[in-house]
Amino acid sequence: MYQYTDFDRQFVQARAAQYRDQLTRHLNGQLGGDEFRPLRLQNGWYVQRYAPMLRVAVPYGELNSAQLRVLARVAREYDTPSPELLRQAQTTQDQIAHGQVPTASATPADSDSGNAETRPHPAMRSQLKTNLGHFTTRQNVQFNWIPLEKSADVMELLASVNLHGIQTSGNCIRNITSDERAGIAVDEDVDPRPYAEVMRQWSTLHPEFAYLPRKFKIAITGAREDRAAIEWHDVGLRVLRNEAGEVGFKVYVGGGMGRTPTVATLIRPFVPWNQILNYLEAIVRVYNAWGRRDNLYKARIKILVKAEGQRYFDEVEAEYQRILADGAHHTIPQAELDRVAACFVMPERSTCSNTEAEARIARILKAAAEDDVEFARWIERNVAAHKHPELRAVTLSFKRLGYAPGDASADQLDAAAELADKYSAGEARVTHDQNLLLPWVACDQLPELWRDARRLGLARPNIGLLTDMIACPGGDYCALANARSLPIAQAITERFQDLDELFDLGEIDLHISGCINSCGHHHSGHIGVLGVDKDGQEWYQVTLGGSDGSDLSGPTRAGKVVGPSFAAAEVVDVVEAVLDTYQTLRNPGENFIDTLHRAGADLFKQAANNVRHVTRQPQRGESHGSGVQHTVDA
Amino acid sequence: MTSSIQVLTAEQAAHASDDRVLTLDNSADAHGVALEGVQCIALHFPKFTDGRAYSQAFVLRRRGFQGELRATGDVLVDQLLQMQRSGFSSAVLRADQDAALAARVLAQFNGFYQGDAVQRAPAFQVA
Repeated sequence: MYQYTDFDRQFVQARAAQYRDQLTRHLNGQLGGDEFRPLRLQNGWYVQRYAPMLRVAVPYGELNSAQLRVLARVAREYDTPSPELLRQAQTTQDQIAHGQVPTASATPADSDSGNAETRPHPAMRSQLKTNLGHFTTRQNVQFNWIPLEKSADVMELLASVNLHGIQTSGNCIRNITSDERAGIAVDEDVDPRPYAEVMRQWSTLHPEFAYLPRKFKIAITGAREDRAAIEWHDVGLRVLRNEAGEVGFKVYVGGGMGRTPTVATLIRPFVPWNQILNYLEAIVRVYNAWGRRDNLYKARIKILVKAEGQRYFDEVEAEYQRILADGAHHTIPQAELDRVAACFVMPERSTCSNTEAEARIARILKAAAEDDVEFARWIERNVAAHKHPELRAVTLSFKRLGYAPGDASADQLDAAAELADKYSAGEARVTHDQNLLLPWVACDQLPELWRDARRLGLARPNIGLLTDMIACPGGDYCALANARSLPIAQAITERFQDLDELFDLGEIDLHISGCINSCGHHHSGHIGVLGVDKDGQEWYQVTLGGSDGSDLSGPTRAGKVVGPSFAAAEVVDVVEAVLDTYQTLRNPGENFIDTLHRAGADLFKQAANNVRHVTRQPQRGESHGSGVQHTVDA
Repeated sequence: MTSSIQVLTAEQAAHASDDRVLTLDNSADAHGVALEGVQCIALHFPKFTDGRAYSQAFVLRRRGFQGELRATGDVLVDQLLQMQRSGFSSAVLRADQDAALAARVLAQFNGFYQGDAVQRAPAFQVA
């Protein structure tokens, strides 16, 4: 991992002190809400449905055990609403679950006034939880209940382990994400982490790019398989070697989800590694000047790239040439790359001999298979190959019954830190799929790690399977959501508990977003669920065939809508009907997404629409989903 | 170049203005503006969250403009540091802003990673 220098440490501490000054002036009435808003956002503080939400930056997903322990402390000591607030919030969520439009001053749902047609599935009740950290698709960690008055204290605590919320929100360059297996993947050409770190530093508090037209997300991978969904980003970077063996970047621009899902366009096939900051500067400067500011929904760079196309590319090239002619100040010196790269050497591990481990694992598997098939399944699903033949990458599953996808309690965060120390050289990574990955596990320690993880409830062998779903916090926490995501996630998790069935269904990306902002990446799900709102009621659009650009999913693309929106009570049945169709149509060994592409979506759509019981008759002559209400995130 | 951005009141700015102040629209391309004889260029912030003027300022400094670069419009004390680093040499604060805070908010960091209009080289080049 990157080792913070005195300069880096002082910088994070100065940021925390600056934030305390801003917060103090705000609470004193010297800094108005509108003026404070972008300042707190660029420190990760949103104001949500019931309380502020903090998004802590985890640069390219890497955390050390000390940082995990501080995140545990934040969850334990600060992620706590007052009992009154929690009671009021739960009451409001119960009203929503009963199909009632919540009022500003929520009163207990004293009667069963929800009409029969919208009465929720019993599982659709929200269970608000506190004292949790939440792993996000952009590899960050969020908290939902910290009072704003305590926000500066939390920033200081985080700064003690070099954590912060810099640029995790706001119209600026956001935290840079990467492949969860960066530096360890067997299919990697170049380790992207040193470049990601140099880019993190370059983008941090960039004075010119703090008030862009909209947020700006960069993802970087160095592997042949795209596990970072780079073509769904404002800028997607693939670091590689050209035919001459020189390292450089293939640069994509203008991808994004939201209400206009757009796959990024290749703008330059090769930018030499040491020029990447100069080139990014050109991309962002032209966007800052040209991006639309008159319409929030058209402000992302994807709209600019679509509208201007080659003219934008030409201007980026012209600006890049001007930067070079001016002295190319942000050319990365070899010495700087070497300094940063030295932080990312493989940690010392007491590794076993590979053959010995293989033999030992084979023995254990044989014995275990007789009374516990779960270990073999865990090896199959949660353990990945590693660049180093004696090491493995192990994913701790945070997809289990009773917790929202990606939620971790304070104790579990502490326990994860223990596991990282014991098995993974003190390092863990937040994954795009909202789990934690231990990147440096010696293969002969797998049985012990499995036993420890299982005791903690983090060894569910479901990585890549249906219940390893992505879901945003949705209408239980987020002020922008049109509908709740978590009860849908919970209901699907409950329905698909049987491991035999999950393994039989195989690898499926199920992604759930509570609104069109698409934080739950529904566009890229093989099965996507999107919450929409009509007349204050929750409805769900279902899409099929989306791809994040991974080998399994195929070329990056947005899924296609199945039909009018479904009622909450229908969604689980729709998922089941779609999967039944797959099981009927599949060839032996064929994945869901391949069957869908081969057989076409029609039979799947038919099956989905056949389960309608609430929405069989379009209500009041309208079809659901036609009047989708769009909002936009802060 | 001045080391610290000069904070002007509206009256001071009005007094300091003369015919040689060039006012640049946010949509103007700073690469094409004629700079001969210009002593002061006023760049506008229609809202403090509209960041186009930062890039305009940077480009003007890169072109070698040595005169006064003035921030006008919705100019808040909490953005002075970004303005200074992007090449502004003066700022006309919005009427409700407390100019006394300027010194404090400008001194909150000892250094930055990336180069800017004032300190062209990034930290890794300087070190």
